[in-house]
Parts: sequence; structure tokens; C-alpha cells
Amino acid sequence: MIGSLLLASDLTQGEVTASNSRVRTTAASGGSKRWFRSTPERTRPSEGTFTAAAFSLACEALFTLFTLGFVSSPSLAQESPYIVTYDHHLEEPGNLEVEYFSTFGTQRGGNDFHAYWIEFEYGATAWWTTEFYLDGQTTFNDSTVVTGFRWENRFRPLRDEHFINPVIYIEYENISEADKIIKEVEGHDVESDHADSNAVLKKDYDHELEFKLILSKDFKGWNFAVNPLATKNLSPSNPWEFGYAAGISRPLALKASATRCTFCRENFIAGVEVYGGLGDTQSFGLHETSHYIAPAFAWNLPSGWTVRLSPGFGLNDNSHRLLLRWGVSREFSGFGEMFRSLLGGRS
Amino acid sequence: MNSSLAPVIIALAGVALCALDTSVALAQEGRSKSCDSVDVVLLRVPEKVRAKRNPFESDPEAPTAGKKLFGQHCAECHGETADGARRGPSLRAEHVENATPGEIFWIVTNGVVRRGMPAWSKLPEQQRWQIITFLRLSGGMDRTKNGGV
Repeated sequence: MIGSLLLASDLTQGEVTASNSRVRTTAASGGSKRWFRSTPERTRPSEGTFTAAAFSLACEALFTLFTLGFVSSPSLAQESPYIVTYDHHLEEPGNLEVEYFSTFGTQRGGNDFHAYWIEFEYGATAWWTTEFYLDGQTTFNDSTVVTGFRWENRFRPLRDEHFINPVIYIEYENISEADKIIKEVEGHDVESDHADSNAVLKKDYDHELEFKLILSKDFKGWNFAVNPLATKNLSPSNPWEFGYAAGISRPLALKASATRCTFCRENFIAGVEVYGGLGDTQSFGLHETSHYIAPAFAWNLPSGWTVRLSPGFGLNDNSHRLLLRWGVSREFSGFGEMFRSLLGGRS
Repeated sequence: MNSSLAPVIIALAGVALCALDTSVALAQEGRSKSCDSVDVVLLRVPEKVRAKRNPFESDPEAPTAGKKLFGQHCAECHGETADGARRGPSLRAEHVENATPGEIFWIVTNGVVRRGMPAWSKLPEQQRWQIITFLRLSGGMDRTKNGGV
């Protein structure tokens, strides 16, 4: 399934490249001003296309390797439906979860897009989970670009469960302005930020540190989670930016059935999340910010796969009207031990 | 991707590999001491929780459902028969058998995070009790303390 998705991405990219060259030829012979603006980038698409193709192929190869189970055995996951919000549950120690997510977004004043990321989530210990992301996107009638990487760490400071459970989140991001996965909304992020062409957007890279305080509570089968966030672009002139995400979810059944089943109600978790920006240190507040509400669904299959779907809807004129997200993931147990034995240590 | 990023990526990958190796070593060290620590963990269980009764002890489906859940979430570390494995201690040990259902419930819910056992509060309370019912009936816990089979 992942392979098919990525292959589809490759095909789209091929079509886009062909389409671009046709459009640019037209532009060179007297086309619109919009496409003339892109003409100086004429030598760059092939470079970008190659990188994007390599990225897609690398993702496909990694997914094939893991999903065929060459590395370690799959483990049943009990994943929440959230895509933006985090709860306090960390990855089990030694387990690796490989995830692929897509976001289809509508864009007023520009082209719609399909952004995607691949994520490797590893349970380093029972109190520390580390994740590595690779991001990319395809803007329709434009091009496919790799937009950067993220390295995320989550730490659980308290030993036991409490009334509210805090987790500290720290992430380093090295992404271009062309990144459209919208994994979080912060500061004055608005829809028009994504309206420019990839050629323009990919010129600027951001080095950012992002901090979140994850506050989460499980109560009678429900999960409640709130994530205030603060982001600092490492360039000194940029202010701190703020945002939030919050979610609530519950399995469709709390009691497990006695038989192994794919469609049992306890395998499905439904929820809703809201997220948005809160301005920055120079202008804190809701003006010129975007906000979303997104129902979210997760289906945890007995085979170890989890499928997620979340249609997100913009709540004001600064927001994308629709952010349709979906993803698949699979968890593998014993990855840490396998890795250590590969390095020659005792397993 | 920008070629100037290559050294950054290599450095990050190096740090990640070191972290991975260290974490595995830490987790293994924790596991080797985990059997000794169960008694200590049991001392932390609040009195109110210790006295909790298993609401599923007379549910006829609970042992089968608990067995399924144990296989999905616990057997990876504690072994298919709960006798222990490389990553987790035996649940047939005396101090576990002598524990009340409330104490076991508390450990499953909170984990023993510093010793490598994750908190399983992400499983609904009902499912945690189903697992405990299975353990009781399969001989993993003292039967007299749980109202018999």
C-alpha cells in the first residue's frame, strides 16, 4: 500500500515535470507573467526532480524493507487517532514504528498540494522517545520537492501516572518555506504563506527549535490532551512563535472481544483535534492566525498496521479550507536489540 | 536537498546512532535488575488501589480476551506463558503471585518506567483487568487472593 502511494507520487512528479516543461516553453514564447517569473528557475526543476525522485525511492525502499518484516517482528499497536496533537503515551522501549502520512490541502490564490512525510519513531527507553522525519510535497501544476527533516524527542519526567501527565517535547527542524505538511500551526502561519510557487518557497530554509508541553489525561476510556507550543527560529532577529493543539479521543469499545478480529469495535478509536497559532512575542493573540478542527479516526489492525484518517477544516479566512490527512504505520518490536547485535554487542 | 546540509545530517545520524546504542544498553541494565525491583515497586502502591477488586473476575469471556491481549501487548517481554523472557521478568515469581489484583493493576497502569516497563494506561481500564483475569486463571497470580477460579 505504501509502495503504491509512493509510486503514485513518483508518477505524479513525472507528469508534473512534463507539464512544467510544456508550460515553460509556452511562457518563453509569450506566456503569462506568472510563468515568466518562474523562467529563471528553468535549470533547477531537473535538479529538484532528481532529488524528489531519490527521496520517493528511498522512502519506498525503506518501507518495503520494514514492511516485509526483514528487520524484526511486527507488534500490535494501540495508536491514538491524533495526527497533530500528542498524548503522554510514548513508544515502548526497543520498538520502532515506521509511519507514512499524507496531507492534501486546498489553496486559495495558488495550487492545491499533497504534502507527505515519513517518520521513524523509536522507543529509546520507557521515558524517552526519539523520532526522525523526512518531509516532501507535490504542488499540483508546479513540482515535487523535498522540504527537509525534523528530529523530535519526547521525555516523560514523572515516574508514575498522575491526574495530568506531562511530557516534554523538543524538536529541531531544518525545513524550507516550501514545507506544507502543517504538522503544527504556530505564530501567524496563514494559508497565503503557501501560495507562492515551489521555486520561490524552497529558496529559504528555516532552522527552528520547537518546544511543547504535552499535558494528557486518560479517564474512563477517554483521552484528553493539550499541547501548548513555542517555536524559535534560530536566526536571532526572529521572535518566539506560539501555538496550540488539543484533542479528545475514545475507542469505540472499551472491553476487548475474546477472538482475534479485524473489525472489532475496540480496534477503532475516534476523536477530534483542534489546532492553531497564537501569534508571537511581538504580536501575541489571534489576529492573522489560522485555526483548524479535525475529526480523527484510527484503525489498529491485528496484523500490526494502523490506518489513520483525519479531514481538517479551516475555522477562519486565514486557514486552508480543507486539510485531508491520512496515514499508515507499523510497529516493530525488538528493533533496538537487533541493532545492538548488528554492532556486535550482546543482544 | 541542499548539499551543505550533508554534514549536519551525518552529525545528526551519528548522534542518533549513539543514542540508540546507549538506550539499548540502559534498557538492558534496567531489565537485569527488574526482578529485584518488583518488591520495591509494590511498596509504592497506594492502599486504596491495593484493595481494589477485579470487576472482571466472574466474566466468562475475560480470560480468553485477556489471553489475546496478553499475547498482543505483554508476551513480547514476559514470554508467551508469562514465565519471563530476555526483556521482562517472570510473572510466575512468588512476589507477583502474592500480589493482589489491585497491586498488579497499579503496576500495569503505571509501568516501572525507570526499569524499562512502559505504562499501559493507554489500554482502557477494562482491558487491563481482562489481562489480570487471564493471569490469575493461568496461574500467574495467587488464586486465593482473587476469589478462586
